[in-house]
Amino acid sequence: MTEQLLKVRDLKIEGRSDETWNPIINGAGFDLKKGEVLGLIGESGAGKSTLGLAAMGFTRDGCRISGGSVEFDGIDLVNASADVKRNLLGKRIAYVAQSAAASFNPAHKLIDQHTEAAVQHNVLSRADSEADGIELYRKLRLPNPEEIGFRYPHQVSGGQLQRAMTAMAMACRPDLIIFDEPTTALDVTTQIEVLASIREIVEEFDTAAIYITHDLAVVAQMADRIKVMLKGDEVEEAETREMLSNPKEEYTKSLWAVRSFQRPQKPAVQTGSTPVVSVKNVTAAYGKVKVLHDVSFDIHSGRTVAVVGESGSGKSTAARCITGLLPPMQGHIEFDGEVLPLDYRKRNKMQLRQAQMIYQMADTALNPRKTIGELIGRPVQFYMGLTGNEKRRRVEQLLEEIELEPTQYINRLPSELSGGQKQRIGIARALAAEPKFIICDEVTSALDQLVAEGILKLLAKLQDELGLSYMFITHDLATVKSISDEVVVMKDGRVVEQGPKDEMFKPPHHAYTDLLLSSVPEMDPDWLTDLLKQRGVDNIGDAAVSNM
Amino acid sequence: MASILLIIAQRLALGLVTLFVVSIVIFTAVNLLPGDFAQLILGQGATPEAVESIRRDLGLDQGPVVRYFQWLAGAVQGDLGNSFAQANFASFAGSDTGSGLSSVAGQIAPRFENTMFLAGVTAMIAVPVAITLGVLAALFRNSVFDRATNILTLSSISSPEFFLAYILILYLAVQNQILPSLSLVNDDMTFLERVRMTLLPALTLTLVVTAHMMRMTRAAIINLLASPYIEMARLKGLSPMRVIVKHALPNALAPIINVIALNLAYLITGVVVVEVVFGYTGIGQLFVDSVKIRDIPVVQACCLIFAAAYILLNLTADIMSILSNPRLRHPK
Repeated sequence: MTEQLLKVRDLKIEGRSDETWNPIINGAGFDLKKGEVLGLIGESGAGKSTLGLAAMGFTRDGCRISGGSVEFDGIDLVNASADVKRNLLGKRIAYVAQSAAASFNPAHKLIDQHTEAAVQHNVLSRADSEADGIELYRKLRLPNPEEIGFRYPHQVSGGQLQRAMTAMAMACRPDLIIFDEPTTALDVTTQIEVLASIREIVEEFDTAAIYITHDLAVVAQMADRIKVMLKGDEVEEAETREMLSNPKEEYTKSLWAVRSFQRPQKPAVQTGSTPVVSVKNVTAAYGKVKVLHDVSFDIHSGRTVAVVGESGSGKSTAARCITGLLPPMQGHIEFDGEVLPLDYRKRNKMQLRQAQMIYQMADTALNPRKTIGELIGRPVQFYMGLTGNEKRRRVEQLLEEIELEPTQYINRLPSELSGGQKQRIGIARALAAEPKFIICDEVTSALDQLVAEGILKLLAKLQDELGLSYMFITHDLATVKSISDEVVVMKDGRVVEQGPKDEMFKPPHHAYTDLLLSSVPEMDPDWLTDLLKQRGVDNIGDAAVSNM
Repeated sequence: MASILLIIAQRLALGLVTLFVVSIVIFTAVNLLPGDFAQLILGQGATPEAVESIRRDLGLDQGPVVRYFQWLAGAVQGDLGNSFAQANFASFAGSDTGSGLSSVAGQIAPRFENTMFLAGVTAMIAVPVAITLGVLAALFRNSVFDRATNILTLSSISSPEFFLAYILILYLAVQNQILPSLSLVNDDMTFLERVRMTLLPALTLTLVVTAHMMRMTRAAIINLLASPYIEMARLKGLSPMRVIVKHALPNALAPIINVIALNLAYLITGVVVVEVVFGYTGIGQLFVDSVKIRDIPVVQACCLIFAAAYILLNLTADIMSILSNPRLRHPK
């Protein structure tokens, strides 16, 4: 009774770089029945998105389908004319992009973008589509469904935009929707809402979907079947439960095991010892808007303090206060018991040297025109005064510490490195100043799980060798579990709870910590269903936060 | 909305400050011109006494600072002074001031009106043509059409203006007598006659300014084509034309508006050559003539008008760029 909707056979896709065509997908195939959800999983660069788009008969500029077939409801999408494909896109096949904030046109209201496909494809009149849009917004539990569509994208939060985009994909009631990492950019509490909404509406309209993600726990909630990709190759494909309980290939098993890295809890800090960094009653503001309220916490020698919270909770602002980039309005920062000048411009070189930073986006934090040797050499020269051969030797030593072969990397540009390698360069640059204390601002958020684990292990190793203290800013609780000694939970610019890691992951918690912890998806395919039952549909995610 | 009015007020105030600074620069620069009016008008054999007398009549014997503030005070009240060249020296020092031809304002007004008319006609042709060509070039990028448009507009901007003017005269006035080769406008003409008279210089100027605007439109649009919301628009199955006009163009407006403003300012201030070729009595010719005979009040007034035009057009461009950004129109 269930008919075949999409048939992909031996699909090969190539991408062009420097006038040559390189394979991106080396022959992938799958089937999708009506109303079925296929999870597509793999690390970035595995070709998931490319494959997802190709299932729509679409390739990005600079890519081409070089072999195989895509058949949607009997229509050959590889050889179909542009007009035939255009008539399907938006109408029978829709797309939900990773970043709704970037994929909604900033110049038009949400509802105008919502109705566009339906009107252009002559599915509904403008007025009908608008009414339907409001109905979909209501189904997806967007606040003020009557009114929210008449706002511009920048006036709506990320989680709401992602749901509005799901609504937009539904505008023509397509047979197939491609979800391309729709929750990757969201906080855990927001992610839950979006996941629940997507699942509900896909079930209600019996829409088939391809759900692309790198998060196994998420895909376990959403998909009927899972397909694992690695560097453009298929690894394996199976029913969700089968895949989770009984992965066959080595690579799949390694993916499943990623979250296993965990440092043992260190013994409690001796009372009375001076912390390396002490944040004392700091209140800070951007202009007139207060973003930190009376924040205090200590970071002791050789310890890692994880600062957890959603975006906008003030984690990064706290880091900016410590480094002196944003002088606090009230309160102060102590370093080894000594009060630091609030403004970094008033700090001396020694004080500046002691606290270094590693950034989330290694891509933007490294000057693309400087070689690795120059990037690391600069702080070596500035802080340590080394030049010539001494400087070069020190740079080589640092490269060895971050486990990159010096002769091979020292003359390369950042663009010639992978994401994980770039992040290692960021670490080496921080180490070059020989600091006591390093702020790691979401350093693993942009990385794949396997690569991120490598970075975490490296940071742990360096801490043991050099006695470093870390302030580890993250929104990912799995990372907190694996690396931290103490945890500070922040919400709306305030510290809501803090303490040793082991205690934080044991109940009872502050209600918000509890919500954060319980919002982290688990591998169990029934997790989301159970959680929704437990919390009640109107008390999940943001709704639950605002009820606090 | 209140915040936008505030921004506009701030920009206007800044514009005034800029204009004030420019007035100092103008005054200083004009006074650095070698030779002076008295010497020029009396010729080589003039006695020092005669020169001195005219200089006194014109107030040129006073110090530059005093003269600057006299000029500024007048200009602020709308009195740009009297033209040296048109002055009747016998009555100059006495009663006959500010009336008829001898006042700078009286000299400039009709010329300025002509210049604005020519700039207006040119803009009405050039801006829509440039934007349309830019959109089409972006739509059919790297096609024969795109390349042809680029080559044509680039060659027209690279040729000297008088050359373009003569070519147009050759084809549109001499070989095919469609348009008059001389653009002699006067106040008695009807609007349409005047447009017809102005069309040849306007077409010449269109050829000069189109390339810049067209290429910016094309580049600004193509720049956005890799953005996720354009991909989204394509994945909604919209036609390529709609993707560009509806989704790319509104977000590309800011740089396009700025280039348009720059070119409009050029139309007001930089068209002397075209005016000369067509015998069009615009402000550019007056300006050059006045520099030749060191008619300082007219030169200063022209410079001030040019500066004001630049400042005002850029100001308008800034404000329109702001208005084209929904983030600023509709704050959170």
